[in-house]
Amino acid sequence: MSEEEDDIILSELDDEELVQQMFDDLYDGLKEEIEEAVHILLDRGWEPYDILTKALVGGMTIVGNDFRDGILFVPEVLMAAGAMKGGMAILKPLLAETGAPRIGKMVIGTVKGDIHDIGKNLVSMMMEGAGFEVVDLGINNPVEAYLEALESEGPDILGMSALLTTTMPYMKVVIDTMTEKGIRDDYIVLVGGAPLNEEFGRAIGADAYCRDAAVAVETAKEFVLRKHNQMAAGA
Amino acid sequence: MTNALSEMLQTRDWLMADGATGTILFNMGLQSGDSPELWNVDQPDRIATLYQGAVDAGSDLFLTNSFGGTSARLKLHDAQDRVRELNRAAAEIGREVADKADRKVIVAGSMGPTGEIMAPMGTLTHESAVAMFHEQAEALKDGGADVVWVETISAPEEYAAAAEGARLAGIAWCGTMSFDTAGRTMMGFTSADLAALVEQIDPAPIAYGANCGVGASDLLRTVLGFRAAGSERPIIAKGNAGIPKYHDGHIHYDGTPELMARYAVMARDAGAKIIGGCCGTTPEHLRAMRAALEETPRGDAPTLEQITEELGGFSSGSDGTDGEGPKRSRGGRRRSRA
Repeated sequence: MSEEEDDIILSELDDEELVQQMFDDLYDGLKEEIEEAVHILLDRGWEPYDILTKALVGGMTIVGNDFRDGILFVPEVLMAAGAMKGGMAILKPLLAETGAPRIGKMVIGTVKGDIHDIGKNLVSMMMEGAGFEVVDLGINNPVEAYLEALESEGPDILGMSALLTTTMPYMKVVIDTMTEKGIRDDYIVLVGGAPLNEEFGRAIGADAYCRDAAVAVETAKEFVLRKHNQMAAGA
Repeated sequence: MTNALSEMLQTRDWLMADGATGTILFNMGLQSGDSPELWNVDQPDRIATLYQGAVDAGSDLFLTNSFGGTSARLKLHDAQDRVRELNRAAAEIGREVADKADRKVIVAGSMGPTGEIMAPMGTLTHESAVAMFHEQAEALKDGGADVVWVETISAPEEYAAAAEGARLAGIAWCGTMSFDTAGRTMMGFTSADLAALVEQIDPAPIAYGANCGVGASDLLRTVLGFRAAGSERPIIAKGNAGIPKYHDGHIHYDGTPELMARYAVMARDAGAKIIGGCCGTTPEHLRAMRAALEETPRGDAPTLEQITEELGGFSSGSDGTDGEGPKRSRGGRRRSRA
């Protein structure tokens, strides 16, 4: 960090500069600065939903893109997600009060036999950042746990994650069971994890394979929009 | 520290390691989501068959069926109290298979990642990670492993913790990382970073390198990266046999024995001294690799262009060691990190 270190007073920046600065601060994982900036924008009369989408989601989109492009890696993304969570914690109760639009709802979990949840956690955080409600089932989920959550939570999307070649076939067990019960087409099924690929996702009957958290968010948005359009057309 | 592996390395130009464990156990009926390590006790004959497959195909060393043998991983199967028993059994079966062979074969006790993120990013402390690896290394040593073999690691902190576990158990070690994200580990660690890290660990590994990851081409680029970093330490190359595909209820890797044979020779020419496969690598692949290594005279290290031509393209333009990687241009006013 050899740049000029002139201390920035966040409250002295105009709105546009402040949002730009929030992009950088999210990128750098500066949680306190993000929290401060969120408060400043609220004081200036910004709607919580606008702060979420324009500042936080905007910033996390940059983080997501650079993660996808191999510029940022897991530690930096975790830091950024931590900073975003700081901002989200302030906005969440306000969003609930104001009845801000929600893009969709996702149930997500790592499959049975797999405890690797780094990728899944990134997806959870970035989905929340993008305005989705996320129900996180954690690790090591048998098919029963997924079905129960689908029933009780009624999400738009089911997300499954596996990091091991020894656990990835379990995703098919879950999808096959959903098909047996006649509920497969009620949900958008997204899968992800390091050993997977697009062809694997298709072969097991998922709607899409998501290469990383950023792609997961984009894919989820696209499918939910498509689903809404279909429903509108059918109505 | 002298041991069977370092002695073998002194007398040989290259060694061939083994191939896949999970892939082969699935073919024997292991169910997705179940713990392979439980088979060390419940199905010891099948584990012996797994090891024997590698030995018969010409492997000079094989890894034990203990990748998920830390308490953190066994906890999933409610077997966190069986670390000792399961790892010891993994090594004992290996010892028996190796000692029966008509040539010297090394038993390497596999230690995979805990699956947790280490502090300060995550919750796993250095102390508890060391304790877990120590417990596993002791059991592998008691079962007769010649070395412990740390593999598929992403974080330097965890690599170092596993090394310390081996040191506390008083057993020599080797360690590989998985470079699966734009040529780096998912934590952003490059081949050059690992080459530097191993020299800072005491005792240093007998050999270090890369395993798993995304295909043969990337793995070879990583090996070239180790060499470019000026490393004299023996390098390990254990790449996957292509990428996983799903066929009739089975995972199948698309890399042919011929491709893996070409990969093995290029890995050796690139500077690897211990060459094997990872996921999807069956005894059939290993036989082709062994034959190619024996029959093909040593050549010059391949260039990136030659690797692409022979084995296919890379998953990313840069692997982070050439300063050519993509960069972010920032919009706001830069501030110093707190």
